Amino acid sequence: MSRQANRGTESKKMNSELFTLTYGALVTQLCKDYENDEDVNKQLDKMGYNIGVRLIEDFLARSNVGRCHDFRETADVIAKVAFKMYLGITPSVTNWSAAGDEFSLILENNPLVDFVELPDNHSGLIYSNLLCGVLRGALEMVQMAIDVKFVQDTLKGDNVTEIRLKFIKRIEENLPAGEE
Amino acid sequence: MCSRTTNPPSPREEHGKSISTLEGMGFRAGQGLIERFTKETPSFKDELDIMKFICKEFWTNLFRKQIDNLRTNHQGTYVLQDNRFRLLTPVSNGKQYLEEAPKFLAFTCGLVRGALSNLGIDSTVTAEVSVMPACKFHIIMQKS
Repeated sequence: MSRQANRGTESKKMNSELFTLTYGALVTQLCKDYENDEDVNKQLDKMGYNIGVRLIEDFLARSNVGRCHDFRETADVIAKVAFKMYLGITPSVTNWSAAGDEFSLILENNPLVDFVELPDNHSGLIYSNLLCGVLRGALEMVQMAIDVKFVQDTLKGDNVTEIRLKFIKRIEENLPAGEE
Repeated sequence: MCSRTTNPPSPREEHGKSISTLEGMGFRAGQGLIERFTKETPSFKDELDIMKFICKEFWTNLFRKQIDNLRTNHQGTYVLQDNRFRLLTPVSNGKQYLEEAPKFLAFTCGLVRGALSNLGIDSTVTAEVSVMPACKFHIIMQKS
């Protein structure tokens, strides 16, 4: 006797539920381990960073994108290739600063927060902060130091989720002694 | 007898605590997942029916493949064999890093235990691995 599972498009959706529930279990556990939201946020950022410094290799290997020539190109690659590859969504890139060193990613939906509600006693929690760490770690490995943070969050009642990325500086690769 | 010490936990104790924390996280996730997976399925005939679901649909939804082999003594013990467990394939293709394997299996043990729990079955779930990426999940149903 066999029960046919509904594969096809269903199977992709099911995998994202495992992802969402696993992330939720992770955040819940961190909230138990640390006494305040600020520490949880820091841990999420740190974990994200550790993921990001490795994820970039997987990304570069699988996506075949070349070196970006400027920050605008970087933004497009992050939104259209990286987010699509790992989260199945394509945020829009907007709100460029005049200097071209700062932009926003607008996420209409965030797979990490499906079925999630923030309880009242965790108003300081940045639930998806892992993502900021991932971006920071990944870009550091391609010689970019950035500042990244959530400025809007649907979990907190905003209409969209907005992540703001700011280019801080280029990280010079270390040259061996004796070279210019 | 248990002894109370004021020493910090040994690495071994820390390790054990981490494994059970991971298993607990898996348990909660498993409860949530089985609810969503079985929303439209008709109710299960018996325990074996449930185990077949775990081996086929549940495993496929999570890991895109079925359990390769299911054995049971028909007295509440089941052994699920996965010859290429998805969470172990990136780790090693043999005995390298064998001592790290429990960390990669604990969450899944919890997933299964949580899923069964929401289907009304109390169980213990442990994993056994000798050559990666193959592993076995041992499920023992608790008598209520």
